[in-house]
Amino acid sequence: MEQKYDIIIIGAGPSGTVTGKLCASKGLKVLILEKRPEIGAPKRCAEGLGKPDLERIGYTGKERFVTQKIDGGILITPNGGTIDLPPGPGGYILERKVFDKFLAYDAAKAGAKIYTKAHVFDLIRVGGKIAGVRLMYNGEQKDVYCKIVVAADGVESKIARIAGLPSGNTPNTIESGYQYEMANIDIADPHKLYTYLGNEIAPRGYIWIFPKGSHIANVGIGIGNCNEKTAKYYLDKWIAGNPGMSKGSIIEENSGGIPIGGFLESMTTDNFLAIGDAAHQVNPLHGGGLAEVSFSAQIAVDVINDAIKSGDTSNSALDKYNKLWWEKRGKNLKKIEKIVHMLEKVTDSELNMAQSSLSGQDIIDLTEGKTHKLIRIMLKNPRLATLVKYLK
Amino acid sequence: MVLKIDKNKCLSCAGCVSICPKDALTLKNMVLEVDENKCIECAICTRFCPVRALRLTTNL
Ligand SMILES: Cc1cc2nc3c(=O)[nH]c(=O)nc-3n(C[C@H](O)[C@H](O)[C@H](O)COP(=O)(O)OP(=O)(O)OC[C@H]3O[C@@H](n4cnc5c(N)ncnc54)[C@H](O)[C@@H]3O)c2cc1C
Ligand code: SF4
Ligand code: SF4
Repeated sequence: MEQKYDIIIIGAGPSGTVTGKLCASKGLKVLILEKRPEIGAPKRCAEGLGKPDLERIGYTGKERFVTQKIDGGILITPNGGTIDLPPGPGGYILERKVFDKFLAYDAAKAGAKIYTKAHVFDLIRVGGKIAGVRLMYNGEQKDVYCKIVVAADGVESKIARIAGLPSGNTPNTIESGYQYEMANIDIADPHKLYTYLGNEIAPRGYIWIFPKGSHIANVGIGIGNCNEKTAKYYLDKWIAGNPGMSKGSIIEENSGGIPIGGFLESMTTDNFLAIGDAAHQVNPLHGGGLAEVSFSAQIAVDVINDAIKSGDTSNSALDKYNKLWWEKRGKNLKKIEKIVHMLEKVTDSELNMAQSSLSGQDIIDLTEGKTHKLIRIMLKNPRLATLVKYLK
Repeated sequence: MVLKIDKNKCLSCAGCVSICPKDALTLKNMVLEVDENKCIECAICTRFCPVRALRLTTNL
């Protein structure tokens, strides 16, 4: 391992490898350090990604990491009512283990150097400023220096905290996620995403079926954190009550923390920035983080490149990343965070009303932070009208 | 009290790591470890864990 780089990226998840690839293509000398022995495994993901988001990071959808094409979804209200979600531009269910490796191949091909089993445990400071990372590699401690450190270390990020950024994680801003990949289950239409709502089946959250083939799917649950029972308890109970599911076999078990908000005002400090789950860049309504990477990596790389080329990697130079991210993504995600907290106060019978008052497009609009229609409907109902304040 | 990790149940998902207010948990070589000097026994992680692999207990 060489001792000096322009950029050191901690974590070889999608945010680390996409950022690494783009930095390397600009001619920067990039090191990516991943503590796992295998990039992409185990997965902590339902593997859904929109077509435009995949294209934004340079893929066509014909690569072998795509398992299924998706053209719309179905939202199921607590009373069993359904709302058809329009296909829009469409999307995919990926095989994350293959996808994450593909991203790593391409980062390496662009010139980034990647090491696995390289666990970063501290930042090196020179004159009080971050100047590199300290890691364990092959049982040995190593110091490596650089101009900018990028924390792409995911939901478990310790590096951002070591750099002095607030964690932003509280039991209110991390959902508990649990999922099975199941085979031999019945799926009405394997090209649709299924989302089941209801405080009884998934308190302050939902159950999903993301099909990977005609009888294979990621079947999972994300719930708020104040429950007596676990996410596993709720998912097992729901599966047991659905013969088309319970007849299937579980071929993989996953769990994970899903950031739902807690966005950081500043994701930078001198010679340092955080990206991806480490910076809470996730859509708080559906927990999708991959699409966010497709935006934030490009924003980060332009700022990093300018900083390195101009020789000014101070916080005031990197602050442009905060400004651009908040303008392009943060503002909207913050609105979506408000919708999530409002929904936590809605009862099942109120959720049932959505079926008659909201169209599929209205629901898609909500996931993008557009609340006008929802507010109009809520104002017509005396109790829901009292919740409108949470959206402001 | 001490925090006990049931290694047979734990899925190494790192959710508890992200939520611990004292940074007492770490995934090392995909195995969860607790730093007892940092843990303040607040039970936030035990409530979070999707599979109940964490337990605060008095019997060692
Ligand atoms: C149950 C569940 C379902 C989800 N479903 C979807 C979905 O359908 N669609 C979607 O878009 N998103 C989904 N997400 C979110 C998505 O998985 C994340 O947003 C995405 O993986 C974030 O990418 P990342 O690169 O920021 O972090 P990660 O993919 O978590 O990568 C971080 C990497 O950093 C490494 N690392 C951590 N600490 C260190 C260290 N100290 N030294 C070296 N390496 C380190 C980790 O090992 C890891 O490989 C889901 C999440 C969960 C939990
Ligand atoms: S939340 Fe539970 S399953 Fe996940 S790492 Fe912690 S103890 Fe293990
Ligand atoms: S009990 Fe509290 S302090 Fe101890 S490991 Fe769990 S979350 Fe951290």
